[in-house]
Amino acid sequence: MRPIANTRTAAGLPTGRLAVWWVIASEIVIFGGLLASYVMHRLAHADWATQAANTNVVAGSFNTLVLLSSSLSAVLGHKAAEAGDGPRAARCLWLTMLGGLTFIVVKAFEWSAEIHHGFTITSNPFWSFYYTAAGLHAFHVIAGVVLMGFVAADARRGRELHRVELIGIYWHFVDIVWIFLFPLLYIAK
Amino acid sequence: MNHPGWRRRRAAQREVSEDMAGNAASAAAGAHEAHHHAELSFWGKYIFPTDHKMIAMQYMFTGMALALVGGFMAYAFRMQLAFPGMEVPGYGLVSPRDYNALITNHGAIMIFWVAMPVLVAAFGNYLIPLMVGCDDMVFPKINRLSYQIFFVSSIVLIISFFVPGGGFGGAWTAYPPLSAVAKYSMTPLGSTLWLVAVALEFVAFLLGGINFVTTAMNSRAPGMNLYRVPIVVWFIVIASILFMASVGPLIAGAIMLFMDQVVGTHFFDPASGGDPILWQHLFWFFGHPEVYVVLLPAIGIVAEIITVFARKKLFAYKIVLYTAFATGILSFTVWAHHQFIAGVDPRMAHIFTITTLIISVPIAEMLFVYIATLYGGSISLTTPMLWALAFIAEFLIGGVTGIFLGASGADIYFHDTYFVLAHFHYTFFPIAIIGTFAGFTFWFPKMFGKHMNETLGKIHFWGTIIPFNFIFIPLFILGVAGDHRRIYNYMHFPELARPELQNLRVLATVALLVMLAFQFVFFYNLIVSLWKGRQAEKNPWKANTLEWTAPSPPPHGNFAELPQVYRGPYEYSVPGRGEDYWPQNVPS
Repeated sequence: MRPIANTRTAAGLPTGRLAVWWVIASEIVIFGGLLASYVMHRLAHADWATQAANTNVVAGSFNTLVLLSSSLSAVLGHKAAEAGDGPRAARCLWLTMLGGLTFIVVKAFEWSAEIHHGFTITSNPFWSFYYTAAGLHAFHVIAGVVLMGFVAADARRGRELHRVELIGIYWHFVDIVWIFLFPLLYIAK
Repeated sequence: MNHPGWRRRRAAQREVSEDMAGNAASAAAGAHEAHHHAELSFWGKYIFPTDHKMIAMQYMFTGMALALVGGFMAYAFRMQLAFPGMEVPGYGLVSPRDYNALITNHGAIMIFWVAMPVLVAAFGNYLIPLMVGCDDMVFPKINRLSYQIFFVSSIVLIISFFVPGGGFGGAWTAYPPLSAVAKYSMTPLGSTLWLVAVALEFVAFLLGGINFVTTAMNSRAPGMNLYRVPIVVWFIVIASILFMASVGPLIAGAIMLFMDQVVGTHFFDPASGGDPILWQHLFWFFGHPEVYVVLLPAIGIVAEIITVFARKKLFAYKIVLYTAFATGILSFTVWAHHQFIAGVDPRMAHIFTITTLIISVPIAEMLFVYIATLYGGSISLTTPMLWALAFIAEFLIGGVTGIFLGASGADIYFHDTYFVLAHFHYTFFPIAIIGTFAGFTFWFPKMFGKHMNETLGKIHFWGTIIPFNFIFIPLFILGVAGDHRRIYNYMHFPELARPELQNLRVLATVALLVMLAFQFVFFYNLIVSLWKGRQAEKNPWKANTLEWTAPSPPPHGNFAELPQVYRGPYEYSVPGRGEDYWPQNVPS
């Protein structure tokens, strides 16, 4: 049963949204710490550029496009949820999940090819950062897709519609992390 | 099983329960109490509770149990230092490898499995909903999950002592390459399990912290504006935010270290393009704010106690609050003072010296504010008040000795000696032990509806405080005399094997034995008081904050009628008022 505490909004924001922002705040510093470490190393090792040249920019760009587009359907889902249209919100979330899954599948092929060419996680610190940072991000994508599945299942029956917005906020965050990762890992030479 | 009729019934049931949730939210508090609980089973109430008070107790007693484990470790390695090569009663021979694992896990346990769960999680869980006047945390199930993850982390930690190769022995700071390369640490499983345990513990406190911050922000009782929130709640919230903001880089670092250990990457291996100093930065970027993460709840507990037992308004509430903010922000700018001898650029060392000396200002200010609060008060020396006053006195010594270590010029000589060790025990012991006993004895009547025995409480207090000083003052002297930390046997060093130095080591160890022995008085007092202590009324200390308006102990749901707040928490001895206290919920 929900406590009364859950229904109060002394700070003026719904509790769920407030909590999601705090989750994101704590995630920002995790990725921030990892990326700051990477950038410091990268600046000190100009030679990593030759390794970075072996990343697949085409696959990365395609994934960027997919992930950004999937955020659009998350927004449309939020709009539908605001209007009280649960089934429509659920369909939008399924589309977003499809985007997330596409991202993971493309990534799987990309990594397989790279590992096949001998660029494994232990071959050079650049590749260590590459797989660790992208892997941590991919883990967040998978977690987002799974959570979104639960939210969509509820939304389809018209329940807990406010959660559509919450998972959307999280999904945008996952997107933004990728927007930092993509240029830092793929493009920077 | 999945036929449509069954599904419809499930759906209908769910709708009913949703409906009840809606009602509970909108109904008046009294009505809510009635249908809140059919009696919970033993499992629901004690093992898998969602009630914030029961989760607080789980954290409290898990923390205390691990404090005994950490204390036992201290006993074993102090015996080895005082009487090298001796069969330690109850432990046996302490081998060099054991010694390393003991000191490492003593440090890790006392900080991550005692100070954090007790001060932040237990007191945060217990006090925040009660003191802001609501019935529970905003996310009770996440709260339960937080404890469960913490519990698993404790189990993983304890398992790590017993795996082949033994427990991790690379110090609680886990510097690579020692922590990263099994060839050096010789504990391939122990170090990985240790790291996993620490990581799980971080997850538990992130979940808990988000709950605390959200509850304190959103679920305050009507009328409780930000300047009417008790200091301890503010401080636990600030501590939770500090933790969230500082632990991220270390989580990233822990992932990298885990990859180094398990996958074979070279993030921290200089031979392959990695950098061991990177870990030190990531660790201390967390590690120094962590000091304030545990300090703030303890110093907040002290604020509550001294106002009640001096019957005075807290001197300069807003200044205290802003000071805490300043401390929090500054705590992110001082971390490299742990690395003055790690090859940090001397120009950077100057900057970190300056920031470190600056951060002593707000902390000193808080202590002055507390002394000003005590000044002219009608002080009653109850057990919790003794602990609170001891906190101020002992923490002061820790703070003052920190100045020497914050200044790079002096630190280069003191670094990694027992001077450092004595310094941070003079900060952490007041925080983790004195602060906990202060809070526990103060809120004990509320938590269990019984009074603790005052005489036994005072015996325990003096039996802890006096030996504490006899443990660590000799260690200051030994540090200045040249005792390096993390040495297995000083008899191997002719200039340190001198009898006058060895006598100090024996003195410290004997004092530790006395202090540990006096802890039995506490546990005896605890059990006897729980069993047949004097019944406590609602507000035995005549205090103002909202938890004292709830029954002792508060039932699930806390308040019979959710309180309305009319004033700040520290209106004691208001001139022209008959009683010398003025609870927050009493209309003027």
